[in-house]
Amino acid sequence: MSATLPSTASADLVIDVQNLNKSFGDKRVVKDFSIQVPRGRITGFLGPNGSGKTTTLRMLCGLLTPDSGTGTCLGFDIVKQSDEIKLRVGYMTQKFSLYEDLSIEENLMFMARVHGLDRRQERVKEALERLGLYERRKQLAGKLSGGWKQRMALAASTLHEPQLLLLDEPTAGVDPKARRTFWDEIHALSAEGLTVLVSTHYMDEAERCHDIAYIAYGELIARGTAEDILKTVGLVTWEGEGPGVDRLSSEIGTLPGVETAAPFGTTLHVSGTDERALDAALAPYRRPPFKWERTAPTLEDAFIHLMGKSEDNFR
Amino acid sequence: MTAVSKPKSFWATRILAVLAKEFVQLTRDRLTYAMILMIPVVQLLLFGYAINNEPRHLPTAVLVQDDSTFARSTLAALVNTQFFDITHEATSVGELDELLRKGEVQFALTIPGDFTRRVARGDKPQILLEADATDPSATGAAVSAASALPQYALTRDLVGGMAQRAPKPPPFEVVVHRRYNPENITSYNIVPGLLGIILSMTLVMMTALSVTRETERGTMESLLATPAQPIEVMIGKLAPYVMVGLMQTAVILVMAALLFQVPMEGGWIALGLGVLLFITGSLALGFLISTLARTQLQAMQMSFFYMLPSILLSGFMFPFRGMPEWAQALGTAIPVTHFLRVVRGALLKGEGLSTLWPSHAALGVFVCLVTAAAMMRYRRTLD
Ligand SMILES: Nc1ncnc2c1ncn2[C@@H]1O[C@H](COP(=O)(O)OP(=O)(O)OP(=O)(O)O)[C@@H](O)[C@H]1O
Ligand SMILES: [Mg+2]
Repeated sequence: MSATLPSTASADLVIDVQNLNKSFGDKRVVKDFSIQVPRGRITGFLGPNGSGKTTTLRMLCGLLTPDSGTGTCLGFDIVKQSDEIKLRVGYMTQKFSLYEDLSIEENLMFMARVHGLDRRQERVKEALERLGLYERRKQLAGKLSGGWKQRMALAASTLHEPQLLLLDEPTAGVDPKARRTFWDEIHALSAEGLTVLVSTHYMDEAERCHDIAYIAYGELIARGTAEDILKTVGLVTWEGEGPGVDRLSSEIGTLPGVETAAPFGTTLHVSGTDERALDAALAPYRRPPFKWERTAPTLEDAFIHLMGKSEDNFR
Repeated sequence: MTAVSKPKSFWATRILAVLAKEFVQLTRDRLTYAMILMIPVVQLLLFGYAINNEPRHLPTAVLVQDDSTFARSTLAALVNTQFFDITHEATSVGELDELLRKGEVQFALTIPGDFTRRVARGDKPQILLEADATDPSATGAAVSAASALPQYALTRDLVGGMAQRAPKPPPFEVVVHRRYNPENITSYNIVPGLLGIILSMTLVMMTALSVTRETERGTMESLLATPAQPIEVMIGKLAPYVMVGLMQTAVILVMAALLFQVPMEGGWIALGLGVLLFITGSLALGFLISTLARTQLQAMQMSFFYMLPSILLSGFMFPFRGMPEWAQALGTAIPVTHFLRVVRGALLKGEGLSTLWPSHAALGVFVCLVTAAAMMRYRRTLD
């Protein structure tokens, strides 16, 4: 148990882990990872590809054993009490991992039985209807399109009314409308007290989370609400407008003081943490036809900045 | 807390979950389904007929040292059985031996010089039938036909003063020397033996794929994230295949009775128990293999690796007692060996549990050891 937290608070921590480490071979994939997630919060888990998100989620639900580190999930020890954890956690894998040669209904029934649920027929029917799968219930899972597979996997991982949901890129390949429905669903569940840790690469989804945890190269490097993260990163961002400004991104991007220069439609976002260096870099471009304006940095700017920084640390 | 609070208390439902899933998957997989039924039928027909079909008109060499009516009648009767074709007339024992050794003939028949004289005297001369028994099933039927010759071969010749001898004990004897394979396995032995081979071939292989398939398809991640315990997964996965094994057994036994007229002397309880133990053992072994193999291909290879000694060292192919001691020791460790003893003992000799129990015990030990090993090897995490 973390010493910095009062015991009353830790009672309501759904996830509370300290210094988790995991290596595959001699590659250290997760490094001294500690995180606390309070009950009822939706926490977005972000980070570049290969940063260790999936590995961390697997350690949390007992699918991987950490090399070192301790912690609890729903009050149960993540190493010794994984059976208890599995009963109460819904885990949706990044890669589709239900049975492709079973129908949607059969897959859900399997999950209902394996969790020892009562009223199985009813529950399965409810879940099918809630996620709009009822008409397709007899279809083989393998024949579904990507988005439908994701919906079915979500239904399967929430069927046993878990207290914690671990979702690994649940909306990859899902259309915008379905994603909206999906997130409405997540928020509704969280209003009832469900805690959610969800990994994603989508910025709009990150913004819909209560909290964000940002991981890079196996290390947790930013934690808090979206505003917290923007504040701690402390980026200054200029937005440039004018014909052809978006084509200057590579030119501006290499200037000293500029950390990112990214075209957004016909505009260009230029960010850096050192306000003066940034001004100096942009000075030659402050002329017609270009118009420059201070703008609020987006989460994406912040994450690209974090990514670049941790890369430097890593080398 | 909700209704789900004790991980151990729902074991029956969890087994049912895995069992129902496996069963549906099995029926979805048409090819496997077809294989389950076709393998016993095809194998039994192929093996059974190839081995069991009593070959006729086998090449035979004769050495007749007594040119007489009796000798000619005996040879005629021999040819009339249709099992023998006289292809060579040897002039010396050495020549006869060589023909047999080179495999030019399957049989060598020697009629001694004093044949007629001794028949007349009534002191039962012997004629020698040497058989190349390397392939025992090829010679079995022919040998028994030859052994019956003395009963009737000379009835027409023994007229007049000698006629009164006819109904009496046969006037001569056929002495059979089986060369190269003294413990003569008859075709009856082969078909029950095939039960063991077919069951292990299909059952070990099918379950050997069961866990590796989940790993390869990625469904292992979901399965491991559920509260199902290893032993529950194992029971749930194997149970549908017990049914498969029993179905195959029924098919094989019915075919053995109808097509091959294998005698079924009883010993049904011993047989039933043996079949159950053997099926469970084979399935558990398959499960163990699937926890060891990383890919389905590896699982297949390991199953084949197990099949070779099962066929060669179990007493199916070669008589168990004829094998060198080290091979016997190896054979004793293979469940097929014990299963064959049960099946042959129960089916052919009608023996019961009272005599066959050591084989049952050996099968039981195998089931326990392999299950324990499989449970130890079953990975509960993705590490
Ligand atoms: N079973 C494994 N064996 C060996 N290496 C692994 C294994 N699983 C993951 N890794 C490695 O660990 C690192 C982190 O992988 P992980 O899947 O946790 O990343 P991620 O953050 O989920 O990435 P993505 O956003 O692409 O899903 C990667 O470099 C990956 O190659
Ligand atoms: Mg991942």
